[in-house]
Amino acid sequence: MKFWKPIIGAVLTAALAAPALADEETLTIGLNAEPSAIDPHYHNLSPNNAMAEHYFGTLVRQDEKQRLIPGLAESWKPIDDTTFEFKLRKGVKFHDGSEFNADDVMFTMKRAPEVPNSPSSFALYVKGKEFTKVDDYTIHVKTERPHPLMAADLSNIYIISSEVGEGVTTADFNSGKAAIGTGPFKFVEWVPGDRLVIERNEDYWGEKPEWKKVIFKPITSSPARVAALLAGDVDFIDNVPPVDIPQLKKNADVTLSQGISNRVIYLHLDQFREDSPFVKAKGGGKIKNPLLDVRVRKALSIAINRDAIVARVMEGVAIPAGQLLPEGFFGVSPNLKPPAYDPEGAKKLLAEAGYPNGFEITLHGPNDRYINDAKIAEAVAQMLTRIGVKTTVETMTKAVYFSRASSGGADKQPEFSFILVGWGSGTGEASSPLKSLLHTYDKEGGFGASNRGRHSDAMVDKLIEDALATVDDAKREKLLQQATERAIGELQGIIPTHYQVNTWAGRKGLSYIARTDEATLAMGVFKE
Amino acid sequence: MTVFIIRRLLQSAVVVLVMSLLVFTGVNIVGDPVDMLINPEAEPAEIEQIKKNLGLDRPLHEQYGYFLANAAQGDLGKSFKFGEPALKLILQRMPATLELAVAALLLAIVFGIPLGVYAGLRPESPVSKTIMAGSILGFSLPTFWVGIMMIMIVAVMLGWLPSTGRGDTVPLFGIELSFLTLDGLRHLILPAINLALFKLSLVIRLSRAGTREAIHQDYVKFARAKGLKEGRVVLVHVLKNILIPVVTVLGLEFGGLIAFSVVTETVFAWPGMGKLIIDSIRELDRPVVVAYLMIVVLMFVVINLVVDIIYSLLDPRVRLQDVKS
Repeated sequence: MKFWKPIIGAVLTAALAAPALADEETLTIGLNAEPSAIDPHYHNLSPNNAMAEHYFGTLVRQDEKQRLIPGLAESWKPIDDTTFEFKLRKGVKFHDGSEFNADDVMFTMKRAPEVPNSPSSFALYVKGKEFTKVDDYTIHVKTERPHPLMAADLSNIYIISSEVGEGVTTADFNSGKAAIGTGPFKFVEWVPGDRLVIERNEDYWGEKPEWKKVIFKPITSSPARVAALLAGDVDFIDNVPPVDIPQLKKNADVTLSQGISNRVIYLHLDQFREDSPFVKAKGGGKIKNPLLDVRVRKALSIAINRDAIVARVMEGVAIPAGQLLPEGFFGVSPNLKPPAYDPEGAKKLLAEAGYPNGFEITLHGPNDRYINDAKIAEAVAQMLTRIGVKTTVETMTKAVYFSRASSGGADKQPEFSFILVGWGSGTGEASSPLKSLLHTYDKEGGFGASNRGRHSDAMVDKLIEDALATVDDAKREKLLQQATERAIGELQGIIPTHYQVNTWAGRKGLSYIARTDEATLAMGVFKE
Repeated sequence: MTVFIIRRLLQSAVVVLVMSLLVFTGVNIVGDPVDMLINPEAEPAEIEQIKKNLGLDRPLHEQYGYFLANAAQGDLGKSFKFGEPALKLILQRMPATLELAVAALLLAIVFGIPLGVYAGLRPESPVSKTIMAGSILGFSLPTFWVGIMMIMIVAVMLGWLPSTGRGDTVPLFGIELSFLTLDGLRHLILPAINLALFKLSLVIRLSRAGTREAIHQDYVKFARAKGLKEGRVVLVHVLKNILIPVVTVLGLEFGGLIAFSVVTETVFAWPGMGKLIIDSIRELDRPVVVAYLMIVVLMFVVINLVVDIIYSLLDPRVRLQDVKS
């Protein structure tokens, strides 16, 4: 065994030597989620889109508050009710040196909706739009009906170079061959599960990022991600778990950045079945679904102590919610505040509705999807039990939960009676949650895809549909506000509890411009 | 021996087929992958379309038949999430996992056998008692917790070793290996120790028990009576005889090391198969889960066969014809 000694010795000496000094211009980021491809049109999901934002460009960009700002299009305006004109930016170069112009846009719009094997297609943003090249730097987009969300839709489509050619595959992008964009960074390499490397695009048309090279490392386990930051293996991490925030705040070597998200956590209630599977009379007998009565829904809402959920369950890192999006977003109503906690009022409402002794209900929720989701469900259950609505909680992994919540019941109906869910507005305006959560479920029309309580009100439907066909921003905002006030203020179609606040952490002096869409962008990380 | 191997291979084929049915059915009755993959803003019609594209609108037995037909040609399906062949994804990550598993196994053998033999030879000494107490800890502490503690102490507080990921790699025969670079080795140490702890304890206990038994055997007494040096008695006569249980257990455990190093890989963000499988389970990427489990089944079948063959080489009393498994 003797010959081992020098070898072990050498290994230990080498291993214990101090790590090479961190390069000042290199940033290493530990990420909670990894993209599934480099192809920007393969999978329409946040980790992919956040990563594409680094090396590709969009005609219209969303800033950190999801307001629309010019990107590869310098300006856009409606020229009639159904046509938008986009003026493209001149002098923009792709990473391979070729010039950006209208041909690239036309090529992109043709490819984006028809990528083979796409598990979530970008067709959502392109279909029903007819693109015409007017000249090299002007594009017209025509729709059948007025479409106010034109710019918001196109802010999701990453422009690729027409030089990569017809028939370019997802694999071509993943290998880097076709990953040629106009973004502030150039793609270098991707080793799935290990790292994704990009470097600064010195010819970028906009503000150049601070970092010459950025390495993204997927570290899905939260404690490991925090440890990697503390150990200095990464400079910056996203999705800091709330339980670690107090400790990190005290740590002088760490800088935290926080920002409100576009994600509201809410409770959806069964409003379509007389006989709801998880609602029982006290003692377990059958009753007519009390959730059909708006007074009961309101009682449940004011029985929830939102401040306590924020302070106790969320460690102060959340904001009480009274509607679909926090203040400052397009379509938010100034009249809807988070309802005050009023257990006595709730009991009175229940009695008025004919349930003086309450009833029994099961609240279902995921336990690995939203920040502290299972704990929130438990807190809500305790609060409701206090006003006489005996609530039991059942949580499960998201992989099982969402399919049951959407279509686990008879005839592919939602299975549960009372659920905890979250919704982030991809467009940054209230039309997104209104359309998906509160419009009557309508498979053909594309409405109510996530309306798992099957809330339905003709007036709300009309307001939403009108808003989605009104190009005038001021008028549309008014309609969205009215729709929200009716659907939540009057009818309590859903019960919002809080808006998530996201936390990023970096080594000392690294701050982040927190984004409401929860994306982690190297462009937003700054040295102080 | 040839007859034995042929019979075993036929049995294995049946095992693989039965497993494929169990795995495929089991994985396919849980949840709905489209919910995991799709952008929440998508409209109901698109959700239907994607289900159709992925073949999820078909009845289960039809999907299974399709899977079998393709599997017979070596195609285990395409990942829902990555759109690439599941087999390719798994093979891509196999070198990282194998590297980790081999490193852990070597640690377990190199440290486990000497420590175990020592503890077996001098059961009453305080050192032996410390070793045995340590092995109980190695058994009972959860890997996840030990991993996090190692990161906290060695990486965060002392700053000696990196806490996460795989280091620089160099290609060797077309396979990216990290233990040949300094950076790679630094990254390998903590996860390898973490993964090895349990096996190390196992080897220690097996070697100790074996040694305790062997030193009272006649052949050891005879060897001593012949006046052989203690070193030769231990290294040749004792060691050779305690290796049989150790090899059996390690062989099986090696399969476990490769297939289920999930926890260690997750804690250390090691880009291996374990991390791939846990992510795939979480996101219901069924083809990857099925392909992975099929590979694992195959691997265990092969390892069992190899262990049986090594047996016959180590212990002349074992004749392969006699083994009926």
